[in-house]
Amino acid sequence: MSKFRVVHYINQFYAGIGGEEFADHKPEVREGVVGPGMALAGAFGDKAEIISTVVCGDSFFNENVAEAKKTILDMVKKANPDIFIAGPAFNAGRYGVACGTICEAVKEELNIPVITGMFEENPGTDMFKDKMYIVATKPSAAGMRDAIPVIAALALKLAGKEKIGASVEEGYLPNNTRVNFFEKERGSRRAVDMLIKKMAGKPFVTEYPMPDFDRVEPNPAVNDFKSITVALVTSGGIVPKGNPDHIESSSASKYGEYDITGVNDLTAETYETAHGGYDPVYANADADRVLPVDVMRDFEREGIIGKLHNKFYTTVGNGTSTKSSKQFAAEYAQKLKNDNVQAVILTST
Amino acid sequence: MVKEIERAGIPVVHVCTVTPISMTVGANRIVPAVAIPHPLGNPSLSAAEEKQLRRKILTTALGALSTEVDGQTIFEVK
Amino acid sequence: MKLEVGYIQIRDISLADESRIDDGVLYINTKELEELALEDEHLEAVSFDVARPGESIRITPVKDVIEPRAKVEGPGDVFPGVVTKMSTVGSGKTHVLRGAAVVTVGKIVGFQEGIIDMTGLGAEYTPFSATNNLVVNFTPKEGLTAHEYEAAIRKAGLKIAYAVGKLGVSHKPDEIKVYEFPSIIEATKLYPDLPRVGYVLMLQSQGLLHDTYVYGVDMKQSLTTMLSPTEIMDGAILSGNCVSACDKNTTYHHQNNPVIEDLFEEHGKTLNFVALIITNENVYLADKIRSSDWTAKLVNYLDLDGVIISQEGFGNPDTDLIMNCKKIEETGTHTVIITDEYAGRDGTSQSLADADPSADALVTAGNANQVVTLPKLDRVIGTLDYTDKIAGGYAGSLADDGTITVEIQAITGSTNELGFSRLSAR
Repeated sequence: MSKFRVVHYINQFYAGIGGEEFADHKPEVREGVVGPGMALAGAFGDKAEIISTVVCGDSFFNENVAEAKKTILDMVKKANPDIFIAGPAFNAGRYGVACGTICEAVKEELNIPVITGMFEENPGTDMFKDKMYIVATKPSAAGMRDAIPVIAALALKLAGKEKIGASVEEGYLPNNTRVNFFEKERGSRRAVDMLIKKMAGKPFVTEYPMPDFDRVEPNPAVNDFKSITVALVTSGGIVPKGNPDHIESSSASKYGEYDITGVNDLTAETYETAHGGYDPVYANADADRVLPVDVMRDFEREGIIGKLHNKFYTTVGNGTSTKSSKQFAAEYAQKLKNDNVQAVILTST
Repeated sequence: MVKEIERAGIPVVHVCTVTPISMTVGANRIVPAVAIPHPLGNPSLSAAEEKQLRRKILTTALGALSTEVDGQTIFEVK
Repeated sequence: MKLEVGYIQIRDISLADESRIDDGVLYINTKELEELALEDEHLEAVSFDVARPGESIRITPVKDVIEPRAKVEGPGDVFPGVVTKMSTVGSGKTHVLRGAAVVTVGKIVGFQEGIIDMTGLGAEYTPFSATNNLVVNFTPKEGLTAHEYEAAIRKAGLKIAYAVGKLGVSHKPDEIKVYEFPSIIEATKLYPDLPRVGYVLMLQSQGLLHDTYVYGVDMKQSLTTMLSPTEIMDGAILSGNCVSACDKNTTYHHQNNPVIEDLFEEHGKTLNFVALIITNENVYLADKIRSSDWTAKLVNYLDLDGVIISQEGFGNPDTDLIMNCKKIEETGTHTVIITDEYAGRDGTSQSLADADPSADALVTAGNANQVVTLPKLDRVIGTLDYTDKIAGGYAGSLADDGTITVEIQAITGSTNELGFSRLSAR
């Protein structure tokens, strides 16, 4: 098997040029291994070879991003590597941002796999951890010895297009992409161990840090319902009988859009639920219990609202990822907007 | 979903049983519903009573939509 | 309470003329079991198959999995208030046919029945690829309501498992374990220096196909209450439950609750396991508030130092979980919660429907949305008719070449939230 070709990116300090006073160093390319590349080469053994090393001053990179990026991309393109490795940058802020920026460019523009390494508090971490694999390192270069084998192992997998395991297995920083893997101990045992540590005031690591939820500002109130169109939307999976679009009972991959022109009441003969997460008996017997078309028609007839929109949108909330739901909703919200709907009643089970 | 509708600029009210989830996901106007399998109904009532209940919830929902709010607000059904 | 559990190792099951256990082989006369099952007038027919570890067999749609057990010394007998007469169980002696399981299958009731593969990739995700399974395939009478059908097969499965379990009563166990659960005062005196730990076991109770029965009582009608863990080993808690196959607790899971086993393992060493609290996951918000209030109240009364909380199912029960966690943390008691994730097929979505900063110690049983392609297997017990419909499946799940591409959500026990298996995610 031929060796993977590697291009390594480092800053002026690790290239032995000098510290802060040399941070304006312009990008240059050197044949073979420079500085920490030595250790990487050792870790690769005969599986990969560092064919060239790109050196760039941290200040130069960050003050001339466009120029630096272009120059370095040309250098990398010429070398045509199987994998591009930057750093590790440890807790050096500008170095970290440079590593992340150039990795992103190489990945996006040259379609070459990339990897870097940083301390979790490096500002580059937050900016780039969802865009590339960043191996977790200690804050300072004292962590080089620990970081190198992890970077090398993951780099080989990426170069070989192998399946990448979970962050704890591979050593990269959690990147908001959840990956399944088999632990050594079963879940109950891990829970007991975690509780023992928590009760004793010892450090423990949760397996899923609580998320932050974003917020949207409320829209102004509706002044007068008499003149406007109101739409019904549901996550309760109400569909015409027989589920014509085969919306999945769980983890739905699509939403439904159905015309209710002339429909005054949802009946057991005409509508049902496709939702697999709750007892369907009540909704199947009378879908108005989830999608209240009957009362909305009354409101329309009595002039309380101008019009009930002639289409309703439906999804199955059950097990459907928030990302899909978001995408569905963004799509039909635009349709509702285009149809001049001015208020929405969204029902959920 | 509720946030995307709001983001599109359409006032939206979320009628749902598990209001804490609605709070967590970030709905601004929330009306509590009856139960998960029948949010706007109650099979133990007669058909007429049940429809009346549904009307009450939806009247509260319209009320919520016509009320200015500056943050997440739950509108209890009276 | 003190319960002696004797494990009789079963290494094979064979259909035969006479039901008995001989040299680790469980012989089954299906005629007797068939008669037992058809005592229920709702059932038209029943058939039996054996599925062994490593065989090229796919079992689906799976409803419940039950471990054959029976009591040698009472009071009472297994599955009290349902299969046997009402009596408090959890003490005396119980024999277990370890390595055997009764698996019930049949025409689908709802959406949420599962798949058990005995070999291949799917086998890695279900614990029941490692048991010798007596598969019972039910055909209901025409015109049954879903409620009647579900109840009929649930009971018939339990009756069969009990009848099989009774075959082990006169056998000498291969291994004996003794579980003792004294009063909380005695337990505290016994290990005064160890932290007092409880277990909050959340049970699905959301209506048809989502119910759990405790001594025959539908848990949705109960307030949060307490049991001895040994009662659960005797089948006090039963699954009537078809939430997604991945994270419903089958009856087998209840009988072998791993949190209970692992807490007993540490009992007297690093902690003092003094309380088991069971609570429900209902569909009304008021119920959720009341039940979680009650859980926190009990934890407070019992003056516990720490609790493990396990969830069942996903979606709105995430709120029950978070309410329990938050309210218990507010009493000053440490919590660790066990759940699973619905992070989307690509793993990039929000994993839980509800969240709170107090839930800072979480054990995950993995992302149920992960997609796997299961190979074609030689034999199917049950039917593939519903593969596209069950939770985790979708139109086109079953390919022409016999492979099935599904989320692991469809695999029985894959992301069990009692922490029964080793699957996790990061």
